[in-house]
Amino acid sequence: MKLIFEKSREGRRCSAPPPTRAPHAPVPREYVRGDALRLPEVAEVDLVRHYTELSRFAYGVDSGFYPLGSCTMKYNPKMNELAAALPGFRDIHPLQGTHTAQGALEVMGNLSDALCEITGMDAFSLQPAAGAQGEWTALRMIRSYHEKRGQGRRDCVLVPDSAHGTNPASAAMAGFRVVSVPSGLDGTLDIAALENLAGEDTAALMLTNPNTLGMFEKDILKISDIVHRAGGLLYYDGANLNAVMGVCRPGDMGFDAVHVNLHKTFSTPHGGGGPGSGPVGCKKSLEAFLPVPRVAREGDGYALLEESPGSIGPVLRFYGNFLVCLRAYAYILALGGDGLKNVSENAVLNANYMLRSLEAYSDLKYGEPCMHEFVLSLKGLKERTGVSALDAAKALIDAGMHPPTMYFPLIVPEALMVEPTETESVETLDEAIAAFIRIFEEAEKNPDSLHGAPASAAFRRPDEVLAARRPVVRYMFGKTDF
Amino acid sequence: MACWVPNTGPDAARMLRAAGEENTEGLFRELPEEIRLRGGLKLAEGRTEAEVLSEINRLSQKNTRFASVFRGAGAYRHFIPPVVESVAARPEFLTAYTPYQAEISQGLLQAIFEYQTMICELTGMDASNASVYDGATAACEGVFMCARGGKKVLVPDCVNPRTLSVMRGYMESYGLKLCVFPHTEGRIAPESLAAHREDACALYFEQPNYFGQIEDAQTVCAAAREGNIQTVMGVNPIAMALLMPPGQAGADVAVGEGQPLGLPLAFGGPGLGFMACREKMMRSLPGRIVGQTTDMDGKTAYVLTLQAREQHIKRERASSNICSNEAHCALTAAVYLSAMGGEGLAETARNCMANAHYLAEKITRIKGFGLQYGGPYFHEFVTACPADAAGLMRSLEEHGILGGLPIPGNRILWCATEMNMVEEMDELARLLGKEAQ
Repeated sequence: MKLIFEKSREGRRCSAPPPTRAPHAPVPREYVRGDALRLPEVAEVDLVRHYTELSRFAYGVDSGFYPLGSCTMKYNPKMNELAAALPGFRDIHPLQGTHTAQGALEVMGNLSDALCEITGMDAFSLQPAAGAQGEWTALRMIRSYHEKRGQGRRDCVLVPDSAHGTNPASAAMAGFRVVSVPSGLDGTLDIAALENLAGEDTAALMLTNPNTLGMFEKDILKISDIVHRAGGLLYYDGANLNAVMGVCRPGDMGFDAVHVNLHKTFSTPHGGGGPGSGPVGCKKSLEAFLPVPRVAREGDGYALLEESPGSIGPVLRFYGNFLVCLRAYAYILALGGDGLKNVSENAVLNANYMLRSLEAYSDLKYGEPCMHEFVLSLKGLKERTGVSALDAAKALIDAGMHPPTMYFPLIVPEALMVEPTETESVETLDEAIAAFIRIFEEAEKNPDSLHGAPASAAFRRPDEVLAARRPVVRYMFGKTDF
Repeated sequence: MACWVPNTGPDAARMLRAAGEENTEGLFRELPEEIRLRGGLKLAEGRTEAEVLSEINRLSQKNTRFASVFRGAGAYRHFIPPVVESVAARPEFLTAYTPYQAEISQGLLQAIFEYQTMICELTGMDASNASVYDGATAACEGVFMCARGGKKVLVPDCVNPRTLSVMRGYMESYGLKLCVFPHTEGRIAPESLAAHREDACALYFEQPNYFGQIEDAQTVCAAAREGNIQTVMGVNPIAMALLMPPGQAGADVAVGEGQPLGLPLAFGGPGLGFMACREKMMRSLPGRIVGQTTDMDGKTAYVLTLQAREQHIKRERASSNICSNEAHCALTAAVYLSAMGGEGLAETARNCMANAHYLAEKITRIKGFGLQYGGPYFHEFVTACPADAAGLMRSLEEHGILGGLPIPGNRILWCATEMNMVEEMDELARLLGKEAQ
């Protein structure tokens, strides 16, 4: 596909700003931009056709089944988009007086309250822009908490070896030492190992529950006890919250702080990588450390507290990804408590339905029901036939679906992590199951046919090694080097 | 109540049977009883879509939309061509995840590659990432790229105070000392850097700065380089159509807030943090980067590249923890820049600057509203205020005007963009003259 720069023709225009009758004010010569700005020059119709063509080579939840494990690619209701397009929310300045933004503050206040109820926390900040920033924010709060209690020596964060990569990265960025906690074959935490590792230097344990294998940490109360007895805190990575809404709450499991991903659990569109939103919640003991500004009730209305003693300060310029929060609020309003529970129950049902149809082909066995997602291990298949998880994933593209998450969690060899979500019908699941089985059977009979998959896609296995060896990360306007 | 779960009762019963379970409760039998939530969530009952939209609409009307806006300070009202939102709203873009599967994500990957190219063009740099959260976090990540084991970061007190507050937290958690030094008459005095250079690894400054003043970027970068300090330059992307970009000025890293590029004010979010740098620093950029390559059939194709920097590979040794970014905002910015083109963007910038100068001329003619800084400025400027600034701005609200931002010292930070008409600026001046008496 041609780049938009290659379609550019000098002098062609699309949009223009409103004119002004104010006299020209020139930039002093010594500060002037010396070179021409090479932005595309295209007519509106060509601009539209360019992006329409690009969109035909993109794949979203609206295109088809998207069982990308740990990403909760559920359907994004159109209602949310209509809410986020309302001029009364889009056209308000973040620094206009709070008395002129009461509607926005009410949304933030109500969403925080709802998230408190869903997670069992006492207070929330909507400021973090994504899950990873939420983790980092909460870890800094935990650090301040320990420091305030004269426990600044607690410099170690425990992270299960099955955790998302952001967990250790966030802990390191928050200035902690990261110690990996081994997990058992089902991905649940090795309790004996945790007993040994938790100690005087423990600041916190980061945990997802259910874990990245889709298994619930049954011993969560024991884990909580071990960490708290050692003087540490328990942090909940909300990536997998979609499994347990209305069923159980992190706050009741002993967690002291959480982040939730509004772009996963609460149906806001992921936009090809963002914007997300990663609100952080906590128990009373940590509330003073939450980021500012904070929304607070004041009389009949709402205020923004710009400063608060003990706060770790702001983590973004303004109050968070507001339009994402607004969509999530609309979603929660629509579903209510029972609707959210229905979401989780069906997310878990859909996952178990697929798991039981596919686990005969996997080396990873689930004795008990999985939660909202499960992991297939194709280790045996790879050894027998040479067909890898990558080959199988690419072959699923030929079946018209988005592949599952590959090679994660790291503790499972040849992993495919499948999260169907609650918004898929049984017919969609049946089609996907049939596609998986067809591929597994083809692998046994005719393995070579799968190494070149996808056969039907317009693009086939772009060379990642080449891309990294000699990175070309921008169009060079005909030149070959910088 | 609304519902986006397709399973019917009979579906669910059949699926449970197939999964070997008797009922839904059986799926959760592994959960300890002590932690089960038996009473249900205490949330309002679910509602239909019509009811939800009516409620959200009611809330939206509790906010005031001002007909005239003269406030910027990091969030700017610009014209958004209708084509921008129409294109960006395409569901294949909106409902996709990060393009891990290149075979079915070429459109998204190419759009980001084009965005990266546009950011490189705006900033005069060689390489850009696919975005970070906002302008403040971009500034922090930019400084980390320059840390190289250094101890101290220099920041003048004429950068956006909100960016500075975010930097305090990030620098502290990274173990870097933040040294804030004073401006001289609204701008950085390049010679003042020398006094703070010991142990410093990076300088962050903004162009134009918080007060709207145009910094002598070239001299500032040269002074920093002399002290072996790398520079991170935070720029307003619209101003880059007229001002010398970081690449030419000699900065090492360029960052900024991309909201002016086709994103609504939206009460401050989502925004768009953009980042670009010279080729030699490309491998220390945080976050996603799209690179060009070829596929099995020799066709030009795009992939997420240099992933060895990232958290899902490197875990605690990654260059940043960032995973989700602001991809859709980046795509929107790219559509905006394509719609405006180089000439449209330059015209926008020229109109912003002309309007701001017209506004300053009008306001400073009123007694007590003297211009605070004498240097050249882009689309923001600071004046004194003869009355209580906050009260005065509040009185303007009754006329549908969001005035400038009151800042410490009972001064006002004004902003004009291409959206302000001469007539509204005249009216603002008239009201100020009247109200301030």
